[in-house]
Amino acid sequence: MSDLSRLRGDFPILSREVNGYPLVYLDSAATTQKPVQVLAAMDDFYRRHYANVHRGAYTLAEEATQLYEDARARVAAFIHAASPGEVVFTRGTTSAINTVAYGWGLHRLRPGDRVLLTTMEHHANVVPWQLVARHTGAELVYLPMDAGYQVDITALGGVLDERVKVVGITGMSNVLGTLPPVAEVAAAARQVGAITVVDAAQMAPHLPIDVQALGADFLAFSAHKMLGPTGIGALWGRPDRLESMEPAEGGGEMIRDVDLHTSTWADVPQKFEAGTPPIAEAIGFGAAVDYLSAIGMQEVRSHGDALAAYALARLAEVPGLTVYGPPGAAKRGAVISFTLADIHPHDLATILDQQGVAIRAGHHCARPLHRALNLTATARASFYVYNTRDDADRLITALGEARRLFGVP
Amino acid sequence: MSLDDLYREVILDHYRNPRRRGSLEHPDAHAEGQNPLCGDEISLDVALDGDRVADVRILGRGCSISQASASMMAEAVAGKTLAEIADLTHRFKAMMEIEEGEAGIDEGRPGAALGDLEALRGVRRFPVRIKCADLPWATLAEALSGLPASGAAG
Repeated sequence: MSDLSRLRGDFPILSREVNGYPLVYLDSAATTQKPVQVLAAMDDFYRRHYANVHRGAYTLAEEATQLYEDARARVAAFIHAASPGEVVFTRGTTSAINTVAYGWGLHRLRPGDRVLLTTMEHHANVVPWQLVARHTGAELVYLPMDAGYQVDITALGGVLDERVKVVGITGMSNVLGTLPPVAEVAAAARQVGAITVVDAAQMAPHLPIDVQALGADFLAFSAHKMLGPTGIGALWGRPDRLESMEPAEGGGEMIRDVDLHTSTWADVPQKFEAGTPPIAEAIGFGAAVDYLSAIGMQEVRSHGDALAAYALARLAEVPGLTVYGPPGAAKRGAVISFTLADIHPHDLATILDQQGVAIRAGHHCARPLHRALNLTATARASFYVYNTRDDADRLITALGEARRLFGVP
Repeated sequence: MSLDDLYREVILDHYRNPRRRGSLEHPDAHAEGQNPLCGDEISLDVALDGDRVADVRILGRGCSISQASASMMAEAVAGKTLAEIADLTHRFKAMMEIEEGEAGIDEGRPGAALGDLEALRGVRRFPVRIKCADLPWATLAEALSGLPASGAAG
């Protein structure tokens, strides 16, 4: 397997102890730890270049604007966008999807129109559409999951017709690790005139993305799940879609002219960036994609695949443990949800934490998916570039202690 | 604080064999509690005989701490007066450091004995789990709060 463990020194938090044990951080699907390069970029901005962007004709303001727009260009290049102007900075994936739901869906959906989602969507790609459906009279329909924890693409013919105006699909399930066939779904959506909105919150950190090849109309992702800071994310949109979309928020920065009763909008992407943006965070985002690009996203993916394969094999040795998700590492990302006998996931999380192992327990903001699985909660171990086989081994050891405490044979 | 102190045998016993499980056909009081963070759920029915809890039945699902706490609570409050339950609720919350004043509690008063509930004392060293232990008590307080002069609202 590829060895990225040399990177670990870039992540100061990984050298601390938790409850007397060296930290094993297995919750990167919730948020990732940060390398010193990202921290330094943000620190340097505040110390040496800080000013507001897109205003003020003085040197600092120009430097700040340059750094902010440089970050946009890096994020755009990271997903192979044709130009930086196709990338709108948002607060994160959730706000990016809301920008589309309110900027596009609210104005175009009509009673009887449909929004097609999958049952494995994160709440961030469900609730905004429910809200907009309530305003417009559109209805939500769902692509089910098949027995292999994959989006049931054979059901597409039955639900995808001209009534569907929006298809929302995750690029990688935050619970199952499933990698849905996004390009195939986007192509089918285009056939019926629907737009495709990809929730790439997990996809962008783990897989190489080429938005020009993907065929979707919008793609949303968050910096904090890919080594960057919280409070910043990106919405990529096809240029014609962004041009024709209404702003979801109004205020400073996003206008060309304001009269007492009407205003005209700034060009894309500023049209969608009302108010002072999180400038330092955008710069940190740029440093994060630089860091990932220096590793290479193919390498990031290989590392994740290898770790997932190793962890899945080790988890299969644990009596009473059930993994939810596609079998085999090649068909999934390095996000592994599981249950262990009758031990509730929250008890597991506590027991593992006492041994320095941080995992997530709960419904992972995917209640419809958990209902489909007939579960209220799962435990989830998610791996990223800084994780190692040793981390997976520590997880297995900690699960052994959970079995002992609960008397699971 | 070791995990063995948290996951005491008596807690696992109540988790796996919950007492007074079920619901009542005609409860005098009912409440449902949820911990949205972790999805723990409690549904609680109470039957009264005067100011005494004649029966209490609980359905729920969730972690061992929330479900064991519910089971122990149901055993502890059945047959007690509302005043005694108020006293017990205070004792429990004081033990969990949700309320002040554990030191001042008079062990000789009726309804004082925490019994099996003592096993939950270790939970207070795990701050994120205190809510789990408290969920059934908060649900009980809500159920009883609608009753005249209950005094049990915690």
